[in-house]
Amino acid sequence: MTTVSMQVNGKAVSVDVEDRTLLVQLLRENLELTGTHVGCDTSQCGACVVHVDGKAIKSCTMLAAEAEGSEVLTIEGLADNGELHPMQAAFHENHGLQCGFCTPGMIMTAVDMVQRLGGTLDEATVRHELEGNLCRCTGYHNIVKAIQDGAARM
Amino acid sequence: MYETQYHRAKDVADAAALFSGASDASYLAGGQTLIPTMKQRLAAPSDLVGITHLADLKGISGGKEMVTIGAAVTHAEVATSDAVKNAIPALAVLASKIGDPAVRHRGTIGGSLANNDPAADYPAGALGLGAIIHTDKRTIGAEDFFQGLFSTTLEEGELITKIAFPVPAKAAYMKFANPASRYAMAGVFVARMGDGNIRVAVTGAGQQGVFRSEPIEKALSTSWNAEALDELAIDTEMMLSDLHGSAEYRANLVKVMAKRAVAAIG
Repeated sequence: MTTVSMQVNGKAVSVDVEDRTLLVQLLRENLELTGTHVGCDTSQCGACVVHVDGKAIKSCTMLAAEAEGSEVLTIEGLADNGELHPMQAAFHENHGLQCGFCTPGMIMTAVDMVQRLGGTLDEATVRHELEGNLCRCTGYHNIVKAIQDGAARM
Repeated sequence: MYETQYHRAKDVADAAALFSGASDASYLAGGQTLIPTMKQRLAAPSDLVGITHLADLKGISGGKEMVTIGAAVTHAEVATSDAVKNAIPALAVLASKIGDPAVRHRGTIGGSLANNDPAADYPAGALGLGAIIHTDKRTIGAEDFFQGLFSTTLEEGELITKIAFPVPAKAAYMKFANPASRYAMAGVFVARMGDGNIRVAVTGAGQQGVFRSEPIEKALSTSWNAEALDELAIDTEMMLSDLHGSAEYRANLVKVMAKRAVAAIG
């Protein structure tokens, strides 16, 4: 057992967990931030993507204890005072989701993509940068459009 | 995964002490291989010694002859490093092809080399350039480092601290990635060193992990162009055959990737 302390969506948290607790488990089960999803549990699908210290990472492939002292941003932390983040708005307006299971991971990856590569993203780049995110519903077409649109708005 | 005890090391010496003090420890760098392995219960170390935050294992320094990369430097950092892109762009390209963006934010070069996955990319870069692996105990040349599937000559508890890559005259890395896993089905690193020496290292295709291809090196030494490899028959005896591809398929991929690498170098 260990006590893990970190900032999550701007708030300081401190939780007692088993050492083997994954970051995604701490977020979902201890902090009840269930927007982050467990899709494959084999580090492939990206439904668990959050930002740790400003970088997109797969929270199912990281121990909560490894995030000690870090700043974590989840999908719940994107909206500003009830107003959707431009990337969230873009997904909404471009029909970039169907069941929505992959969507938080897609959006967190998209925001990270823009932070690294800027707001003008061509289709090939977006598709390449989405290699770590899988969607079973949409065929990615509108996800790519949403990301290009959201990127331009950021 | 089974329960374990996680320790955050204070420095390299502390890491080694934590390791030897445990009954069955593993070093935890980026965790992009170890955590999934533990989740599947294929590994169950009693203790994890976290090292990926250690300043002593970070940093990239580039010179005219050598580029030195700290063991805990992430793939994303190598892929975007000006020092690497200027001196050995092929190495930056190699790092940029590992896994996916999120994996590259955590995965480290030290972890990749210490793990020696037969389909990992870094072993091809290290063997292709004749890298020198520095540990907390000694230095090991790439020729003497890789021992086969998931096996290296690192001793129990030995920790990679940094890796020094000789700067080539020209190099390229071409990879045929498995469409689902993104691992190399054949990844070929071709380097023309400053002294004219040609080195060709292949990952993903061999039964024993990364290997140097003497036939390809010899053909290219005689005639430096992609066509020189046209008549070459890659030995299928040592090629990996599995559900993703037959030995013959991989042997052909090796040739195609080698030709593309040579063409890219020009």
